[in-house]
Amino acid sequence: MSTSNQQSYAISNPHSIGLDAIQKAGMLLALTGVAILFVAWFGIHVPKPEWFLAASLGMMVLGVFIYSRRTYLIHPEGIKNNHVWFNSLSNRGVLGWFLAIILTGFYILLYWYPHVLGYQSGENGVNQGLIALFDPLSIFFKGTHASQWFVYGTLYTVLIITLGIKFIYKYRHNRYQVIRTLVVMISQTFLAYLIPEILAGLNYNDTTNSQGEYLGWYDTDLKNTWPLDYDFFNSWHLDAMQVESYQPIGMFYLVWGIIFFLVLTPIITYFVGKRWYCSWVCGCGGLAETTGDAFRHLSSKKLSAWKLERWLIHGIMVFVFIMTAATLYGYFTNSSTVLGLSIYEYFQKPYGFLIGAAFSGVIGVGFYPLLGNRVWCRFGCPMAGYMGLFQRFKSRFRITTNGGQCISCGNCSTYCEMGIDVRAYAQKGENIVRSSCVGCGICSAVCPRGVLKLENDSEKGRINPTEIVLGNDVDLMKLVNKK
Amino acid sequence: MQHIVIIGNGISGVTAARHIRKLSDYKITIISAETDYFFSRTALMYVYMGHMKFEHTQAYENWFWKKNNIDLKKGFVQTVNHNSKELLFSTGEKMSYDKLIFAVGSKPNKFGWPGQDLEGVQGLYSKQDLDTLEQHTPNNKICKRAVIVGGGLIGIELAEMLRSRNIPVTFLIREESFWDVVLPEGESEMINQHIKKHHIDLKLGLNLKEILSDENGKARAVVIEETGEEIPCNFVGLTAGVSPNISFLKDSGIELGKGIKVNRFLETNIKDIYAIGDCAEQIEPIRNRRPIEAVWYTGRMMGETLAQTICGNRLKYKPGIWFNSAKFLDIEYQTYGWVHGKVGRPEYEAHFHWKHQDNTKCITLAYHKETKEFLGINTFGIRMRHEVFNSWLSEKQDVEYVINHLAEANFDPEFFKKYETEIRKVFSNKPLTVS
Repeated sequence: MSTSNQQSYAISNPHSIGLDAIQKAGMLLALTGVAILFVAWFGIHVPKPEWFLAASLGMMVLGVFIYSRRTYLIHPEGIKNNHVWFNSLSNRGVLGWFLAIILTGFYILLYWYPHVLGYQSGENGVNQGLIALFDPLSIFFKGTHASQWFVYGTLYTVLIITLGIKFIYKYRHNRYQVIRTLVVMISQTFLAYLIPEILAGLNYNDTTNSQGEYLGWYDTDLKNTWPLDYDFFNSWHLDAMQVESYQPIGMFYLVWGIIFFLVLTPIITYFVGKRWYCSWVCGCGGLAETTGDAFRHLSSKKLSAWKLERWLIHGIMVFVFIMTAATLYGYFTNSSTVLGLSIYEYFQKPYGFLIGAAFSGVIGVGFYPLLGNRVWCRFGCPMAGYMGLFQRFKSRFRITTNGGQCISCGNCSTYCEMGIDVRAYAQKGENIVRSSCVGCGICSAVCPRGVLKLENDSEKGRINPTEIVLGNDVDLMKLVNKK
Repeated sequence: MQHIVIIGNGISGVTAARHIRKLSDYKITIISAETDYFFSRTALMYVYMGHMKFEHTQAYENWFWKKNNIDLKKGFVQTVNHNSKELLFSTGEKMSYDKLIFAVGSKPNKFGWPGQDLEGVQGLYSKQDLDTLEQHTPNNKICKRAVIVGGGLIGIELAEMLRSRNIPVTFLIREESFWDVVLPEGESEMINQHIKKHHIDLKLGLNLKEILSDENGKARAVVIEETGEEIPCNFVGLTAGVSPNISFLKDSGIELGKGIKVNRFLETNIKDIYAIGDCAEQIEPIRNRRPIEAVWYTGRMMGETLAQTICGNRLKYKPGIWFNSAKFLDIEYQTYGWVHGKVGRPEYEAHFHWKHQDNTKCITLAYHKETKEFLGINTFGIRMRHEVFNSWLSEKQDVEYVINHLAEANFDPEFFKKYETEIRKVFSNKPLTVS
């Protein structure tokens, strides 16, 4: 019997071709960078945290850089999915489970027990451990000590950059992938990380005034829009954007935030599909496409998963609409209840806990190695659900199927991170028009016969169900397809 | 109710079953000795390479068959009795049918080489072949070298597979250049170089003499006819083409040639028995197509057509414009219409060839020397639209029109570099009649 068809729980790869010295060196360097974080976390006092932090992040970036160059450049350009299903890390083996537990644990601590990571866990609320390691960088940007969210944002950005570099080496023959990934890396670095930190540094956000009064915080990631940013309309957020000393930046973000989801999102989605957001600029998408690339094939392609998806994502979308409506009602009527129900207890808190934290963070990223890299984007994200409606019913975007060329091999479906059974359409010669497609373009990249192309074209003929595929008797095609 | 029995659960048989189901309530049974469910044969390579698991090659979920009321039967049909309309399985079991469709596919060719049946010598066609391949070549410690005999599409895929496990591969090809019976010279040469770039030891113009055995009846080396050279190896892949898998029909009364002889309606000489896919041999040639076409797409088209006949709309098999595709390691290949290599090239067929300097992209356009009618295109490393070429070929456009409108046919992903301008320039600098 073929061993390749069986689940492997072995740490070692049964078909191992091993790593060479350079790959090992790169891997070791990157892991040492990670190890420094753990050393800091476990409370070993580091004398000069700025040096250790720089060393840690630098080693991660450099290590992955060395590893990727060696791994991908020694082979000619092309699709590099050899051994994906043999590898313990990428095939839900021991390493995959191990990583999933670590990631999940990290998110649980981050959301609910940040003091375990060292956040204000020392005397007088001084940072310790992992969080303290990032104090120098936080002070550099904005003069305050690091929060757990600063640590998270920094690590998040470093991951997108390093594994983005790896992704670019892997897909260097594919300009769509290269350009898309560069945009993902730049969006994260500037829009999600540097600009917000700089604005805080310039006292346009997250500031305490000279009287010692905290003025409030609002989201300054230009692209993190409602409904993904579910608390945009919460009173503390709306108030923060209107703080006098934050102007004109605060008001700009308020106006931008509303125009963004109300006007820009439908228009751009009409022209190019939701991919402009999900796989080009979104932070969650950015992490999924770079760090999560190694797990994209783990998404379920079953019809039952698609059914669950439609209930969940649209259910959550309705949930966020109701929650936001209640919030706005409360804001404008100055009330803390709606129909006798506490807005916080019945709307904001459950959404924040269940969806904002548990689903998008703990499951969304923690379960990458088990359920694939787009669990949140596929089953949960209300922004994805919202854009999905436009993409399905009013958009020029589709994945075109190239006539009768499909050989039903299954690479497209296997590597679809959204769990779309791409092959089911392609083998019928039918275009793929699905609300969930994030337009990552990997189906097209892995297709060995050049069957799939993401494109924006006229709405006419976009959805083209067929019975008989191109290439057969023209009369037969006419007879059968006209029905 | 009529009982339609289909032997073979490959693309032809399954396509026929699906379309018969769409058109009728007949009882449908698909018999296979190979696997429980339909899978994509062309995707077996990706299972070995670890791109996919075997279940990913199955295009329909397992519940699909029951839901569509298509019965699946695992078993090996030993004899067909067309008088009693009965099938006899190797287990002794019997099954009767009203209409019988053979979609039994192919088996790898063996040309009587000494040692061709040794352990560690095999072709690559079936799921079972994949399993034995896995046994013999799990890694480069157990298989220190593999020799592949026969330079066609399966040969180069097998080479790619073995290289994915870092197994040294010697690729023995009878022709002077890779697949040059089909591919024009420039393309064939480009693929030669691409093969070498993948560290495959390409040996051209050489034949296999024999395969030597070790003391356990396992292949230990091959001997080359021309040079007498002995190449030690642990595995020999025989990929010198395939032929219809019909030995079990020898005394059935069904007319056989190389394959199962069928007329244009895909009917055999026996009433209510049909053959489609790899195993069907056309008695009456269809334009310049070969009588047996062991190609995924033609199998599918025969299935689509025969379903009509079975369900009362008796229809000739009339495939449209020829197309095909393959992938040579990292280089994708598509073809529309007819572009001939060494074999069967009509005297009027002239070629325009363009190759990119990076040696991974090229196209060849075939056209009529006198009339300039566009006859076909081979494209390597640039994806092109089937639909566009299908209409240009049926409209009988001339070659200049095609060159000038090539951009409309481009199917490469967005942001990819385009070569149409360069191609047009090269074309306009060349006198047309030079081939």
